[in-house]
Amino acid sequence: MNLVIGAFTIGLILSLLSLGMLISFKMIKFTDITVDGSITLGASLTAVLIATGWNPWLATLMAFFAGSLAGAITGVLHTKFKIQEILAGILMMTALYSINLRIMGRSNIPLLDTGSVSSQAEQLLTTVSGGADKMNVFGWDVPVADLGALISSLVLSVLLAIVLNYFLKTHFGTVLRATGNNPQMVRAQGVNNNTMVVFSLALSNGLVALSGAILAQYQGFADVQMGIGMMVWGLASIIIGEALVGKSSIGMTITGAILGTILFRLLIAIALRWGLNPNDLKLVTAVFVFLALVAPSMFKNLGKRLQKVRSHANNQ
Amino acid sequence: MLTINNISKTFFPGTINEVQALRNVSLQIKEGSFTAIIGTNGSGKSTLLNAIAGTFIPDEGSIKIDGTEISRWPEFKRARMIGRVFQNPFAGSAADMTIAENIVMAMRRGQSRPLKIAVHKSIKEAIAEKVQMLKMGLEDRLDNPIGTLSGGQRQALTLLMATWLKPKLLLLDEHTAALDPKSAAKVAELTKIIIERENLTALMVTHSMQQAVDLPDRIVMMHRGQIVEDLHDEMKQRVRVPDLLETFNIIQKRELFDESVARLMKEQYV
Ligand SMILES: Nc1ncnc2c1ncn2[C@@H]1O[C@H](COP(=O)(O)OP(=O)(O)OP(=O)(O)O)[C@@H](O)[C@H]1O
Ligand SMILES: [Mg+2]
Repeated sequence: MNLVIGAFTIGLILSLLSLGMLISFKMIKFTDITVDGSITLGASLTAVLIATGWNPWLATLMAFFAGSLAGAITGVLHTKFKIQEILAGILMMTALYSINLRIMGRSNIPLLDTGSVSSQAEQLLTTVSGGADKMNVFGWDVPVADLGALISSLVLSVLLAIVLNYFLKTHFGTVLRATGNNPQMVRAQGVNNNTMVVFSLALSNGLVALSGAILAQYQGFADVQMGIGMMVWGLASIIIGEALVGKSSIGMTITGAILGTILFRLLIAIALRWGLNPNDLKLVTAVFVFLALVAPSMFKNLGKRLQKVRSHANNQ
Repeated sequence: MLTINNISKTFFPGTINEVQALRNVSLQIKEGSFTAIIGTNGSGKSTLLNAIAGTFIPDEGSIKIDGTEISRWPEFKRARMIGRVFQNPFAGSAADMTIAENIVMAMRRGQSRPLKIAVHKSIKEAIAEKVQMLKMGLEDRLDNPIGTLSGGQRQALTLLMATWLKPKLLLLDEHTAALDPKSAAKVAELTKIIIERENLTALMVTHSMQQAVDLPDRIVMMHRGQIVEDLHDEMKQRVRVPDLLETFNIIQKRELFDESVARLMKEQYV
């Protein structure tokens, strides 16, 4: 049960990353590798700020702004300096590696016995449980700390999903979505599509850094390596989410991204439990994303070939 | 209204691929007039429209709308004044987004984009009312992705979008060329109706001589990056399709002559 709660919590925290990537990858169709750097940026900045006594919420908010700045720079590299999107992301990600080391001063910062964004929820639960450090949930004894983290991340994730859903349906959000679809049309409507790209990447990486900030508080440390492969994990989550609930509306797409991230974390937890070597995790994820990306066209080709074979058979 | 003064544009200057797409083009367009631009392939018609719309900045010359110099403005800024329909029926709308969402974007062309819900009930009613005039039954499909429509339907909607807010200038670049004959006729008719009803100032590139004779009140003919013929008022009233074809022939013959003479001269003197 603790395993499941852990997977759920991490899934909810990382769903902020998926929501961020939804904006870059799905809305403006920008394959943004900055993500690997900006999630670590959020984690390291928050860790340092909390360690020096900042309020966890304020520290988390700063992470959002720092991530936004990183995303905006990637956007400017691409739109203003005409650097290919992948390369712009790689440049920013590489720069962030050094920046993150600078921020932390070393490669790892532990966060033990410090407050976090789930402190309030924990306190509330402790009061409810009458001071016990475990609570009975549907027959299981669950540590209050874990439950607090789960509830906080759930509330945060749902709140952000609602805000994002609203935002994407506004006049501004509508043009943002059109930017990935048809930049020429966006210009013809009097909107600078480059500005939209920069803004979207800023928002996207802000959410990613937010995710990193909360992840660091949940797992109790920030590590300079923690971002590696996160972009591909986000992709996997989005793909699963799309398969799960489709993309018939913005609300569904957002819900899908969140559910996809949770399911993906659960699958990983189960796979690890069954003895998957943690070192192979990224390889497995990469293969999964590869299959998910090529499967639709493979099925189409297969379908065509079958039809051909059939029509051949009919002709004879 | 629109005053173009001596604009030139050379693509790939200084290379073997150098193309002088526009050579000292000047053109004055009166408020409320409807002008057709015709000419051979590669004569610079699209380049002229692109220069006006701001797809690129001309090498030299000035472009003024109502006295405001716009030739250095970026494309998106000019969209405040200019409505556009492209040759490609898919270029004017966002395929994955619904009809209503596409139109709602056009309803604020060149204006601010507030953080308010864009598509809601009363707006949809207003949209449905106006879309009805297309007589394509699209008012019942406002929530369908615009990418599910035919080229003709999309082009009709793009036209509606480009003129939803009255533009100072409407630019049409062979906007019926990619459509099947029936849809092309329908969109052409719609173009005429909208331009007349809203009293728009319009520039239309077309390959159809018939369209050039039927719709507008002025015909400008381009060749090799220059304006070679300008038929307006009475002359335009009298002109028929055979006349236009004849003019084409004369220009092309003159051209052939020029080139062969140039070659002769080169061979003998260089
Ligand atoms: N973006 C561009 N880059 C390079 N060359 C261009 C570009 N746009 C146009 N040209 C060249 O400029 C010349 C004029 O092209 P333009 O598209 O204006 O012709 P057009 O009159 O619209 O022809 P058509 O009737 O075929 O549409 C052509 O030789 C074309 O190859
Ligand atoms: Mg053309």
